[in-house]
Amino acid sequence: MSGSALLAADSSCHLNSGCGFPAPDATIFNYDAIWQFDIAGLTFHITKPMLMLWIAAAVVVVFFVLAFRKAVVVPRGIQNIGEYGYLFVRDGIARDTIGVKGDAFVPVLFSFFFFIWVLNFMSIVPFLQFPVTSRFAIPLAFAVLVYLLWVPLGVKRQGAGSFFKAMTMPPDVPKAMYVLLIPIEILSNFIVRPFTHSVRLFANMFAGHMLIVTFSVATWYLLSPSIIGVLGSAASFVVTVGLTAFEMLIQALQAYVFTLLAAVYINDAVNAH
Amino acid sequence: MSLLAEQVFQVTGSLGSIGYGLAAIGPGIGVGIIFGQGVQAIARQPEAYGVIRQNMILGFALTEALALIGFVAPFVFGK
Repeated sequence: MSGSALLAADSSCHLNSGCGFPAPDATIFNYDAIWQFDIAGLTFHITKPMLMLWIAAAVVVVFFVLAFRKAVVVPRGIQNIGEYGYLFVRDGIARDTIGVKGDAFVPVLFSFFFFIWVLNFMSIVPFLQFPVTSRFAIPLAFAVLVYLLWVPLGVKRQGAGSFFKAMTMPPDVPKAMYVLLIPIEILSNFIVRPFTHSVRLFANMFAGHMLIVTFSVATWYLLSPSIIGVLGSAASFVVTVGLTAFEMLIQALQAYVFTLLAAVYINDAVNAH
Repeated sequence: MSLLAEQVFQVTGSLGSIGYGLAAIGPGIGVGIIFGQGVQAIARQPEAYGVIRQNMILGFALTEALALIGFVAPFVFGK
């Protein structure tokens, strides 16, 4: 059952009407296919998050094409916003983290930052109201892309031997400690890294959406002709609005953190240390 | 004896929420330390705000990962 159908079925539930609190669970993140088709025996399901992914890609591309289509030396209007975003990624993320070599990676970091931000932001856009990055496959795909960027890049720039030595053998450590350190470093730098990179984004958006849904459902459930119902419902509504504002902050922060970590990983690859 | 142990130590209900509560202790302390020290550093050297903020958020993100893994684990291993 899709999330919206689940909530609709429980919508007649109110306090003192004999049914318990219809707490939302992980099924609210599952959507039925809007449209499905077969290619070579595989069934493709086009769902709401999938459509929103395309919309987000279109929004980012169209916005920045409009911003930079007629670029002039003294920017006006939309070009100001575009340049501000570009400079934020270049100076605040790429140059601060990677240094002068970072300029080559601004396009990929820029794309990640704005694409993820728009995907996250859809969590609080009316009628969309779903953070696309709370479907684990999507942040996982982003993290795998970053992984496939920085590992081959490190091998290419530093040579396989010195790159893996730099990544797994921290300097100035007693030789005996390497027995312990090398497995830990391999585990943390090459195996857990893409996992935490994606889980960080996914879990933040998942938890944020879950919180907002829980308090929205509570607002509706507590709405009943009794003092505690009215007060509880009003309090839940205020919390929902507050959480929405908090989510706006988290969405931008998580897009920034994902991009910043991508830059840190790229720094490991391009700058020998 | 084993019957007594079964009755005393039997836990029912959502064990995942208890697990998450435990998982959040460490990261909670860690995130508190990071932002506390970060604010102190900014107060001492306001001109280094950019670098401090970036490293603060980086440390926060790395610490928070533990809490988030704790959050995801009940959903993954719950059933």
